[in-house]
Amino acid sequence: MTGATIARTGPDHRAAFRPATFGDALRSEWTKLRSVRSTFWALTATVVLGIALGALISAAAAHGYAKFTASEKLSWDPTGVSQSGMLIAQVAIAVLGVLCISSEYSSGMIRTSLIAVPKRGRVLAAKSLVFAVVTFVVGEVTCFAAFFAGQALISGHAPHAALGDPGVARAVAGGGLYLIALAVLSVAAGALLRHPAAAIAAMVGLLFVLPAIAQALPDSWRNPVTEFWPTQAGSQLTSVHIAAHTLQPWPGFAVMCLFVAIVYAIAWTLLDRRDA
Amino acid sequence: MIEAHGLVKRYGATTAVNDLSFSIRPGLVTGFLGPNGAGKTTTMRMILGLDAPTQGSVTVDGRSYRDLPAPMREVGALLDAKAVHGGRRARDHLLCLAQSNGIGRSRVDEVLRTVGLESVARRRAKGLSLGMSQRLGIASALLGDPAVLIFDEPVNGLDPDGIHWVRTLMRALAAEGRTVLISSHLMSEMALTADHLLVIGKGRLIADTSVDEFVRSSSQQSVHVRSPQAAELASRCREAGAIVPAGTAPDHSDVIEITGMDSAEVGKLAAAHGIVLFELIPVRASLEEAFMELTRDSVEYQAAGGTR
Repeated sequence: MTGATIARTGPDHRAAFRPATFGDALRSEWTKLRSVRSTFWALTATVVLGIALGALISAAAAHGYAKFTASEKLSWDPTGVSQSGMLIAQVAIAVLGVLCISSEYSSGMIRTSLIAVPKRGRVLAAKSLVFAVVTFVVGEVTCFAAFFAGQALISGHAPHAALGDPGVARAVAGGGLYLIALAVLSVAAGALLRHPAAAIAAMVGLLFVLPAIAQALPDSWRNPVTEFWPTQAGSQLTSVHIAAHTLQPWPGFAVMCLFVAIVYAIAWTLLDRRDA
Repeated sequence: MIEAHGLVKRYGATTAVNDLSFSIRPGLVTGFLGPNGAGKTTTMRMILGLDAPTQGSVTVDGRSYRDLPAPMREVGALLDAKAVHGGRRARDHLLCLAQSNGIGRSRVDEVLRTVGLESVARRRAKGLSLGMSQRLGIASALLGDPAVLIFDEPVNGLDPDGIHWVRTLMRALAAEGRTVLISSHLMSEMALTADHLLVIGKGRLIADTSVDEFVRSSSQQSVHVRSPQAAELASRCREAGAIVPAGTAPDHSDVIEITGMDSAEVGKLAAAHGIVLFELIPVRASLEEAFMELTRDSVEYQAAGGTR
């Protein structure tokens, strides 16, 4: 042991240092997030899938436009087409959100983390906030890039959209907001279920499997389910065309946020009460 | 100072820790000793706020762990050296822990130097050997320069050099006036490192004593004697109040083991009765045997038909 230290056993030693803060926890979680490779790969996947898949689908759809029927032309949504890569790209965000807490459980790191920060709500809040901000930045960049790339490929073959068109700017920017809600939900799911595989399965079920099952239901069941299904309702914020039996953009997003808040509250409570 | 009052932890029908009370004082290395499954780790988890006690309470310097304003500056802990994210570099691992308690970057490099891991600071944790992981865990415990240190089996996986290093470090930390608690299931290790012992078995406190006291009180002494008049000596010793087991093997009929008398007394007794002695050897039970004797009834998993 180099550098002898002063024995501090009296009651006054606490005056020698400042209490740990939420800001400290944020810095710590940022270091955690940037120091594992899965973060880099998941965010790269989000950007590449969002832009490249969107561009591919935009180009293909635009070339097919001439052969569309009249009703198909009527429902032509160049904004939605350019954003269609996000449907897949969001999975990378959900997986990363789940992993950034459940990998701590699978490795045992959570015990080290909770010894360092025994105020458990602080760990969860800092983790969610850092990941939400990163997701928002990456999400907005991807959505706008996909929009411009898509419109460039569409123009000349089919009617294209501009940011000034009604609802378009809100729909494109809404992609980043939708991803924030999804990011926070994934962190909560990871904290709640603790096992990476279980939490990823739950997120995929929520995003794809259960909505697909709902499609098989009779109309009277299907319509309210798809209308209020959290991720479907939330994604209304990213739509320009509001189809029948769907919520308006902001009320839809509010439904998703409410769902996220409920899951988050449960995760918070259980994290605080369970033995780690 | 760590103080536990009537600590109980039950998992369903299993009682892992049963009415444990102790106080661990500064300036000493306290060895927390017990067979596997005795409840050592569970107790440490309760001290560190990871598990909530079913009953009772435990405090560090008068506060429950979860109420400490800057935990790493008050308590440094290593529970499981492998409890790190394998994909994170050693230095980043320490950095994220330091930041969570507002500890500066320079301290990270300092503890890396202290534990001798500078050369692997940029290696990912899964590429570290168990010995290096132990050192990384010890480094994380030292980050906040805390007055209380808790280590669960810190020498696991270390080579003899590393074990010597840990031993010296623990003693140095205690000499600086810190409270040091180390768990182990190896009595021999504790005899070399600890000043004070807390011995538990099946979740109960068996002994709370200094190492010296423990050795004196529990190591059974016996005297090994070889004599052509072994049978006569045995009966003389029994008359004097000593215990001499009868059943020694026929081909060693001249050898007896006497307990309850020391070698000087046996020698005098033999001389007084004109008994010839070929060998007179005091035999001291090892600490390991003393420990096994003490915890015999409280071992969780015992081999059938054990040799003890």
